[in-house]
Amino acid sequence: MAKSLKLIVEAILFASENPLTPKDIHAVLPESKPADIAGALRVLKYEFEAMGRSFTLQEVGGGYQFRSRSEFGAYILKMMQASPARLSRATMETLAIVAYKQPIMRQEIERIRGVDVGGILRTLLEKDLIRIMGRENLPGRPLVYGTTRKFLEVFGLKDIDSLPKLKELKALGVDENEVQEQEKRAEEPATGSPDDAEAPEPTN
Amino acid sequence: MDYEVRLDIFEGPLDLLLHLIRKNEVDIFDIPIATITDQYLAYIDIMEALNITLAGEFLVMASTLIHIKSRMLLPGAGDEEEDPRLEITRPLMEYMRFKELAGELSERDMLQRDVFARQFSPDYKSRFRSEEPLIEVSLFQLIDAFRRVMEQRLPGVQLKFHVEPWSLKEKTAFIMDQLKERGGLYFTELFTEAGTMGEFIITFLAILELVQMGLLKIFQTAPEKDIRVEPHFKEEEEATHGEVS
Repeated sequence: MAKSLKLIVEAILFASENPLTPKDIHAVLPESKPADIAGALRVLKYEFEAMGRSFTLQEVGGGYQFRSRSEFGAYILKMMQASPARLSRATMETLAIVAYKQPIMRQEIERIRGVDVGGILRTLLEKDLIRIMGRENLPGRPLVYGTTRKFLEVFGLKDIDSLPKLKELKALGVDENEVQEQEKRAEEPATGSPDDAEAPEPTN
Repeated sequence: MDYEVRLDIFEGPLDLLLHLIRKNEVDIFDIPIATITDQYLAYIDIMEALNITLAGEFLVMASTLIHIKSRMLLPGAGDEEEDPRLEITRPLMEYMRFKELAGELSERDMLQRDVFARQFSPDYKSRFRSEEPLIEVSLFQLIDAFRRVMEQRLPGVQLKFHVEPWSLKEKTAFIMDQLKERGGLYFTELFTEAGTMGEFIITFLAILELVQMGLLKIFQTAPEKDIRVEPHFKEEEEATHGEVS
């Protein structure tokens, strides 16, 4: 039985273009125990890795998806007659700021980057890499931004905590207390608004 | 001859400052403020001479640099106060940190750039979505359906004059948003119970407009069945190949 469950899970993952969460899979197999499904996913992930095939089963954005290995990317692009997805340096920087400091206001992003980011935020929203998480309890009720599940999928992240940790600033030789203090000052307006903790969930 | 150049090399003042610091190979914690300020201003002059549109932020930074420079020159002012240069060192440090993080992020395997997942075309999917075969809907059938909606939702003729809250453009955008969100709708779903005659007409015109622009697909599964409205993916499909979209 355990073996056939594994193959059923494999089959539905194969036929899905979106990552499937253990919950999605359980909806297809309501009679199976969630623990068994989780076990099947683990075994499949390991097996595809061990087989040394051109694709693996990857954990992205809370789900599982078959993805090609990066060394075959160029051939796939050629087959699709497409150019690789690209984000400009400025867009990547803005995205990194949102990813690491979410929920974050546009004003704070502009303070860090030193330039207007309105156009870039719009691009990122259109690409569904960031989303509006709610509004800050400040004059003008400014919007706060955060990353989406699509962001996790695009960058192959299991969840937001899988982002590489911020490097210690000491390594760069700066007095960390000073920077932290400055950060605290910058973040002050963002705190003290308990109702924003329950910002509306995105509709996507 | 008038021409304008937009230069993205230095996206902002912080980028220009970092460039100068690297070029001069100086320590970010001991910036020779006079030299850097002079070079910064020289760059601004060149950019202005080249008719490059400068963002206002460049000038704000220029005045900050000049201010720091003057504070450095004041004797005794630095005894208790912190180094005036920290005013730019701190934001530069923070900016550098995020530049580094952005670099790490782009080094990851990126979907549609380095790694690929299985993809099915929208047409392929829509073939499976409805079990019944589809029939193309003619304009007249569409008008009939509209008339039925009008009769059901607005019994009796109303003659009220008022300002229509919806413009055709807004309605078109609204319909596209709805379709994007839900993938497809029934024709009648686009007409809300609480709508007015004017709104219904605008909605109908918006549907016709979208069909004409090739953004909508309209069909029925049987002549008496409710008409389905679905987005036509032609353009989106092209877009998804090129960029992360």
